[in-house]
Amino acid sequence: MKRHFMKGCEAIAESALRAGCTFFAGYPITPQNEIPEYMSKRMPDYGGVFVQGESEVASVNMVFGAAAVGARAMTSSSGPGISLKSEGISYIAGSKLPAVIVSVMRGGPGLGSIMPAQQDYLQATKASGHGGFRMMVFAPSTIQEAVDYTYKAFDYADRDRNPVMVLVDGCLGAMMEPVVLPEYHVASNRGEDWVLDGCLEREPRTVLSVSLTAEPQEQFNIEMEKLYESWAAKDTEVEFYEMDDAEIVLAAYGTSARIAKTAIDMLRKEGIKVGLIRPITLYPFPYEAFENMDYDIVKHVLDVEMSIPAQMVDDVRLGVLGRAEISTFGRSGGVIIGVDEIADAVRKLAKGGALNG
Amino acid sequence: MDKIYGRPESIRNKVSTYCPGCLHGVANKIVAEVLDELGLREKSICVLPVGCGTLGLFYWNVDMISSAHGRAPAVATGIKRCSPDKFVFCYQGDGDLAAIGLSEIMHAANRGENISVVFVNNSIYGMTGGQMAPTTLENQYSTTTQKGRNPLTEGYPMKMCEIISGLQAPRYVARFSMDSPQNIIKARAGIKKAFELQIENKGFSFVELMSNCPTNWCVTPLESLEWMRENTLKVFPLGVYKEVE
Ligand SMILES: Cc1ncc(C[n+]2csc(CCOP(=O)(O)OP(=O)(O)O)c2C)c(N)n1
Ligand code: SF4
Repeated sequence: MKRHFMKGCEAIAESALRAGCTFFAGYPITPQNEIPEYMSKRMPDYGGVFVQGESEVASVNMVFGAAAVGARAMTSSSGPGISLKSEGISYIAGSKLPAVIVSVMRGGPGLGSIMPAQQDYLQATKASGHGGFRMMVFAPSTIQEAVDYTYKAFDYADRDRNPVMVLVDGCLGAMMEPVVLPEYHVASNRGEDWVLDGCLEREPRTVLSVSLTAEPQEQFNIEMEKLYESWAAKDTEVEFYEMDDAEIVLAAYGTSARIAKTAIDMLRKEGIKVGLIRPITLYPFPYEAFENMDYDIVKHVLDVEMSIPAQMVDDVRLGVLGRAEISTFGRSGGVIIGVDEIADAVRKLAKGGALNG
Repeated sequence: MDKIYGRPESIRNKVSTYCPGCLHGVANKIVAEVLDELGLREKSICVLPVGCGTLGLFYWNVDMISSAHGRAPAVATGIKRCSPDKFVFCYQGDGDLAAIGLSEIMHAANRGENISVVFVNNSIYGMTGGQMAPTTLENQYSTTTQKGRNPLTEGYPMKMCEIISGLQAPRYVARFSMDSPQNIIKARAGIKKAFELQIENKGFSFVELMSNCPTNWCVTPLESLEWMRENTLKVFPLGVYKEVE
């Protein structure tokens, strides 16, 4: 199979093109500029449209419009920009439209740093806009996975008519790895009964997220809750690494998980029984992976994130439900977590020491 | 007997819920008449604003999308770029377009998007209950300028035709009024001109319609028309501000 040596952001963009994305609007922000740059260059070759919006607010609303007329549409940004896009993401969710949003995280809050971090977990999974909607959030940890999940994200978005987020950090966005690219998607799924294309010989359609009375709004929320619940059962993805006899379990996603694996390989040679649970879908979160652990064996769960305070740990706690001790270890602000740092933290726990508190 | 006047097909047979005397209804109707006349109904996509104009959802008989406050020109950009063969128009109020959506309208105009924007200027926020808009006149009462708009602290009325006509890309920028039958006829002709430009793929057109808000101006419908003539129309001169054939 042909392999291409590609930078994370560009691989994501290429994958989106191959998924049949025909509309991209974005606005520059580090560390994701290579996505709009790549799109601006390649989109026209595919008969697609690239627009550099005047802001994140405008860009995501352009995507909203494009999605309403049946285009496979995408935008990308980083934390400060995703904050601005949250308005549009909520409207897309409220209007039952498909769209893909790529978030390449950097340090925060505020303008923060432009270096890789994992500080937008809560923004991505809990409230990426007003009104309590949810979207599937994929957290790849290699560029190959970033390619695969970006590609799939369009299918999920279409299936559910709901926005889908691919969440990576600046590290994955900027590094290079060999990847196998997916086949070109043959667009075949448009012409559905919700697409706006002029009311030629049919009743007019409306795409809207507004309800002037309470009950229909509530009904919408009830239907959406069913959708979100259906994801938990059938779409949750998680990776287990060295978990068979693990006494210390690391919980990490994305780049942190990747670094954690190297630490685990090191620690295993020292005879320390340590494993990893890596959520691939951050929403739906793989609670079951934590619920079903053998708590006669598992003594400690160490949540590892490039975020201080840790964010995913709240979900880890819900899975563990007090049956094992939980600590957190992380770096933040754009400092990439070190293999040795993780290993040291685990050694300390293995000796019965406490990390936090 | 020949029927010489009737409800345009682009308007649904519904009872209007705009306040009595509100000119939004007239604006809806003349836009619909032009859609009918140009045979655009079945290829139109209307982008609705936030504000009283959202009620167009119930009246227009075309495909519609309800956008976030001020974002209609960005939504329309995404639509038109992906569906160049469709007829795309935005319908926006002055709070929507000149306040929160100022950036979106300026940049869509500057990109020369091949869309048409109908801008209803009633000098106030209607739907939220009469607060100051960017277009509120000096000394005009609103619920957030209860002693009248003071230009020293609240600035002066924003004149969108004047501002947008200063950009290079727009093809047609004009201001009309709906205070009298004569002016409504002119406004309708302006809308037609704007829509034709889009059909000919000529780019961005902008039609401002001077309107009223009897409810929040706290006057009767008839008094509101007098008030327009004595006040708003003096601050917002009618006319064609830019026309590039
Ligand atoms: C982001 C956001 N901010 C505020 C509002 C509340 N809001 C609804 S209508 C409106 C004003 C609309 O005024 P205008 O555009 O002048 O239209 P009119 O109602 O006068 O026709 C506002 C501020 C909103 N819906 N969304
Ligand atoms: S509040 Fe004002 S603008 Fe809105 S419908 Fe009533 S009169 Fe018209």
